[in-house]
Order: sequence, then C-alpha cells, then structure tokens
Amino acid sequence: MKTIKVSVVTPDGPVYEADVEMVSTKAKSGELGILPGHIPLVAPLEIGAVRLKKDGKTEFIAVSGGFLEVRPDKVTVLAQAAERAEDIDVARAKAAKERAERRLQAKQDDIDFKRAELALRRAMNRLDIAGKR
Amino acid sequence: MASLRDIKTRINSTKKTSQITKAMEMVSASKLHRAETNAKSFVPYMEKIQEVVANIALGSSSNHPMLVKRPVKKTGYLVITSDRGLAGAYNSNVLRTVYQTIRERHQSTDEYAIIAIGRIGLSFFNKRNIPVALHITGLPDQPSFADIKAIANQTVSMFADGTFDELYMYYNHFVSAIQQDVTERKLLPLTDLAANAKRTSYEFEPSQEEILEVLLPQYAESLIYGALLDAKASEHAARMTAMKNATDNAKELIRTLTLSYNRARQAAITQEITEIVAGANALQ
Repeated sequence: MKTIKVSVVTPDGPVYEADVEMVSTKAKSGELGILPGHIPLVAPLEIGAVRLKKDGKTEFIAVSGGFLEVRPDKVTVLAQAAERAEDIDVARAKAAKERAERRLQAKQDDIDFKRAELALRRAMNRLDIAGKR
Repeated sequence: MASLRDIKTRINSTKKTSQITKAMEMVSASKLHRAETNAKSFVPYMEKIQEVVANIALGSSSNHPMLVKRPVKKTGYLVITSDRGLAGAYNSNVLRTVYQTIRERHQSTDEYAIIAIGRIGLSFFNKRNIPVALHITGLPDQPSFADIKAIANQTVSMFADGTFDELYMYYNHFVSAIQQDVTERKLLPLTDLAANAKRTSYEFEPSQEEILEVLLPQYAESLIYGALLDAKASEHAARMTAMKNATDNAKELIRTLTLSYNRARQAAITQEITEIVAGANALQ
C-alpha cells in the first residue's frame, strides 16, 4: 500500500514523524482525508484529533488548532500544541477542564469568556483522545 | 596594616564567594546547553511556518491588516529581559537601547507602551513612569510555548484591534557563548516576509483570506517565542561569562590577600624574635 510521510511539529519540537496510509482530520471547513498523491493544499484545523492510519491501526494526535500543509510527498501539521494520545497528561487536562468550567460559570467579560471556552474545548479534546488509546 | 585575623577572615569570605560564583557558572553552562537544544527543536516549526506564510502572502494580493503598514499613532515595544540579575551587562544593554530609542522617537507617553517580559525590565520601566501595557515575570529557564502563549496572543491581538500600529521586539540575540548582541526587530506589520522561499502553488481550503486569518497571528506568536528562546540562551551565556569573571577576580584577590597575610605573619615572627633577643641581651 502506498504511504505518505507525515510530520506534526510544534514550537516545542516535532511530535510525530512516520509514513502512514491515510491522514484524516477536521478542518475549519469540514472533515478532511488525505491519501498519498494529494494535490498541494493548506487548510486551518479545528481543535480536534488528527487520525493517522498505519498498518491497519489508527493513531490519534490531539491538536489545538494550527493548520495542515499537504505537498505531493509530505503532509505537515503545524500546531501550537499537539500530543500523541499516549502522551496526554490526563490529570492536567481534567484540571484545565474544571478551571475552564468554573470561569464560564463566573461569567466575566467577553474576552475572558472566549478564552475560557477555547480552554474548555482544548481540555475536552485531550480527554476525548486520551480515552482512545 | 590589617591584622592577621582580619586578613584571614577576608580570605575565607572571598573563598566562599568564589565557590558560589563557580557553582553558578557551572549551572548556567548546563542551562545554556539546554537552551541551545530548545532553540534547535524550534527551528523546524519556524522554518515550515515561514515557508507557508511567505508562499501564501506572496501568491496573493492580500491586504490582511497584519501585512499592511498603517499610519503610526502608537508604538508597542516588546522587551525581553531576565528575572534575576548577576548576568553582567545582559539587561542593562537591552534597557539602555530601548530607553534611548524611546526618547529619540517619542515626545509623550501616549505614543508608546511597553510589553515587558522579565522582572528586571518591568521594574526598570515602572521606576521611570513608562507605561507598561502587559508584563510577564517568573518564566522558567526553559520556557515552553504554553508559558508565553497568553502574552504572545494578547500582544498580537493588541495590534489587530488597533491599540498599536506597529510593534518592535528588543532582546539579546545569541551569537556565541561570549557574544550577545542587542537586536531590534520589527514584529508587526509583517513586511519582510522571506522572499527567497521555494514557491509552491497550493489549493486553499476554504480560502486564502481565511487561512491568513489563522496563519498570521500564529506566525507572529511564534516569532515572539523564537525571540524568547534566543534571549534565554543569551541570558544563560551572559550569566556564565559574568560568573566566570567573578570567579577569576576572586582567585586573584585571594592570591594578593594570601601574600599580604604571609608578609604580616613573617613581620610578626621577626618582631617577636627581635624582642626575645633584646630581652636576653638586657639580662646579660
């Protein structure tokens, strides 16, 4: 089966690098699946999972936004934060979730509200993906 | 001349100080090493994002607000200093440059504001009544992106919402373990996007404009993080050099003190002998 090289990079260094059969993820414009031989593409990502199909198994990586770049020979995911399912710190994500929920309850001004909402989505995404390992 | 006891005390205290500075030198050396590794692992991210940004921004006739120069009413200065001193001229170099620039460029405090990273910078500007818009202190020695995400984000959005019309960064650029240069870098608007990047024509999903919307803030934030990593490496290098000098000076001081201690001891012995001989002579 044909494969394509994938790398997930964050400011703190590369998180994942391997040849996979398919990359699928959720972009801002909807679900996106990339097979080898895709045309060059750039798309911003939602907070969510990047699913990598490899040897019949699927690996999950939690990404906090960022974007995806596809080239004929390579797929790159650039995100400000990304973790493989097995690297997720569940306790920390739980704490972050509770903190964000408290902030949302407290109902502060607009910006804080938006920030808390984003934090909550990131935390829930992490917990969700950690559950799939 | 100081008494024997006094000299002995000074030698001892200098020795203790030199032990501390020696230890700090070695700690900084290992931190410098780690900071260099961190800076290295950031490179692939930065290169990639730069490439994509350059490709998109050049390929489009976009007039995204972050790419366009606008009349300057207020300028932001992002200044990166350390939290602690004992780093030689590390902080004073940056702060002097910023202070001079501000005095040359601006007449009133309404025309600019500071974003201070590091405690030394913060207290410097507070003392001089220079407006500080945002600040962060107590960053770890090996900062991760998450540590400065909030402040980078706010900084960039202050440009986006028109609080600032341009943004400069000031920090020490790491050249080598013994050389760090104060660097001024224009952060926003993004005007000097690398023009030499490889050109690839992309499909955009959903559209170029929307991608720039996501991409440019992320790019600006990573520039800030890159500068911070650079500054941290410089800080450890500066501290290492400063502590090495301090240790060397202490050694030199101990050497001269030991010399005068021996002289004083010899003088005391000579005097004692003279007294004994004189006493014996008097008895005869």
